[in-house]
Amino acid sequence: MRTQSPPIDPPSDDKRWRIVNATMRRHGYMPRALIETLNSVQQAFGYLDEDALRYVSAALHVPLSKTYGVATFYHFFTLKPGGAHTCVICLGTACYIKGSADILQALSDHFDVKPGQTTADKRLSLMTARCIGSCGLAPAGVMDSVVIPRLTAAEAIAKVEELVKDGHG
Amino acid sequence: MDMDELENIAAHEQAREAQYAHRVRVCVATGCLSVGAEAVQEALEHHATPKGKHHCLVMGVGCMGLCGNGPLVSVDPAGVMYEKVTPDDAPDIIDSLGAKPVARLQCDTNAPFFTRQVKIVNENSGIIDPEHIESYIAHGGYSALVKALTEMPPHDVITQVMDSGLRGRGGAGYPTGLKWSTVAKTPNTIKYVVCNGDEGDPGAFMDRNVMESDPHRVLEGMAIAAYAVGASYGYVYVRAEYPLAVARINKAIRQAEKMGLLGNNIFGTSFNFNVEVRLGAGAFVCGEETALMASIEGKRGTPRPRPPYPAESGLWGYPTLINNVETFANIPPIIRNGATWFASIGVGRSKGTKVFALSGKINNIGLIEVPMGISLRDIIYDIGGGIPDGRAFKAVQTGGPSGGCIPAEHLDVPVDYESLKALSSVMGSGGMIVMDDTSSMVDVARFFMEFCMSESCGKCIPCRVGTVQMYHLLSKFSNHQATQRDLDTLERLCDMVKYTSLCGLGQSAPNAVVSTLRFFREEYQERMIESEVAHG
Repeated sequence: MRTQSPPIDPPSDDKRWRIVNATMRRHGYMPRALIETLNSVQQAFGYLDEDALRYVSAALHVPLSKTYGVATFYHFFTLKPGGAHTCVICLGTACYIKGSADILQALSDHFDVKPGQTTADKRLSLMTARCIGSCGLAPAGVMDSVVIPRLTAAEAIAKVEELVKDGHG
Repeated sequence: MDMDELENIAAHEQAREAQYAHRVRVCVATGCLSVGAEAVQEALEHHATPKGKHHCLVMGVGCMGLCGNGPLVSVDPAGVMYEKVTPDDAPDIIDSLGAKPVARLQCDTNAPFFTRQVKIVNENSGIIDPEHIESYIAHGGYSALVKALTEMPPHDVITQVMDSGLRGRGGAGYPTGLKWSTVAKTPNTIKYVVCNGDEGDPGAFMDRNVMESDPHRVLEGMAIAAYAVGASYGYVYVRAEYPLAVARINKAIRQAEKMGLLGNNIFGTSFNFNVEVRLGAGAFVCGEETALMASIEGKRGTPRPRPPYPAESGLWGYPTLINNVETFANIPPIIRNGATWFASIGVGRSKGTKVFALSGKINNIGLIEVPMGISLRDIIYDIGGGIPDGRAFKAVQTGGPSGGCIPAEHLDVPVDYESLKALSSVMGSGGMIVMDDTSSMVDVARFFMEFCMSESCGKCIPCRVGTVQMYHLLSKFSNHQATQRDLDTLERLCDMVKYTSLCGLGQSAPNAVVSTLRFFREEYQERMIESEVAHG
């Protein structure tokens, strides 16, 4: 089992790399820690850029091709930075039956952004979810990690307007 | 730690709770939290404090079931439940303790939604505080593990599980005891126990609820399994989309380790069991056991052919026992109460209870636990309270993307593994989505095919290409552009994908199409070019 410090230095002196290093250290820099490590990069930085993939590959002794393969296989990982705010519309069955596809379409039209993408001004990412498990509250959405129950299209647009207008982020 | 110590902890915690004249429980599972349960809990605590030291205990607890009407609050010993509670209601609730309940918030606990349920898996859900191990121990927690470790040799544990008739709750229904005995029989010294908490079916949240509301139950079930099969290491594989479940399982592991209920030499025996959480990263196919193991190993989650089964060659080539969250949650009560007790619940070859997530166009939305063999009609009209807005029932979808749609004429069918399979559906993990006459069955089939198409891992051709072709054909129906030839091709593809795909995802991908074609064929025909011409 390898337990020494990472063989290379992080891409930058950003303090968030310490969190990533801690994850790798906890797993003894074993290649099997790849998904856990990518998870902690994504949690710390919000997305996985090329520098991050190269660094994790080298530190865990995993070929870059394999790291890239894993990073693109799982929906949870994203290689592009998201917008300042995120609106997720659940497209699970219960939400779908209650019209979440129409809500998504309305948001997409109103903010001129395709599902899964970020607006040109980087203010908003419009995402979809397979099922957030809040079926009792269908149709549901998640706005900056707050679950919003029983949405209507008009309500969703108003909530997102509010979110985006907000000067923060 | 031994039995006496465990009983001491239980007695101490029971006494602590009994000190209070009233116990007010607030659901703090995901459903209620997202409609403001945390603020309700704070407000209740705020108003309870001035009433004196032992007047009222405000507890955060797990799911109470009626998720559509949250936040839910229950009051003990009055036996009252309140629904849609807001922080402004807190003073009224606190003032009402020991007097008349607050009528405007009251939820009828004598309704069939509550009275017709039989709770085994969810027996503690909504009662104990999931973040305190003492609360679980006070309700009999970990006593099954002590019993197994100190009174039963491993093969006795397996015999109990086998005799109970418990079958896998992840969907396929493989006999749990048989799986355990296969792993136990392998001579390896290194074995693994894996808990499948990658609940990916849209419309299913049963496993999330167990992990959030009673995480120790899952760990206890895993530890008993590990003892029975001779494993000393376990993984809980949970979706990263369930942050609260992940946090609570992690907390539970730390608490159990601290008390010596997990770790080395548990209860002073030679049994060691260590558990770690592994996060899923959003791939539906990882619910398939071989794909799940690849994911734990840090690889892309693609399935591989079986045999060899994980029971012989699993994680890193070692024998591995994989069971679903709900399956493990059934183990402690089986060991505590015996196989005969468990086998007395349910029907035929389907024993015990099943938890369902009831949602869609139905009045009572939430989690229910019912004995196997209950009819779909009883679930939908009695427990579920029927269809809202005076609409007519059209179909109920069970089993997620692997399942099918069951129409009104089959509502009297008993809910068991075999009966649902005969209707081109599956028990699945337990999602149950009710549709009324506004839903188009062709669109529903297309919705599920889109799901399977984008979740296909791409390893085998029938699934990778077949789902895409079926999706395009279904789109033609949706757009009223299909021909008789498209219908024939669709049916042929259903057959081909079902019988030639590598794993369960592909093999069951056509189910939604097969069942809707079987029961709602006219909807497909109405959307063909010929029929449009015929109808002018």
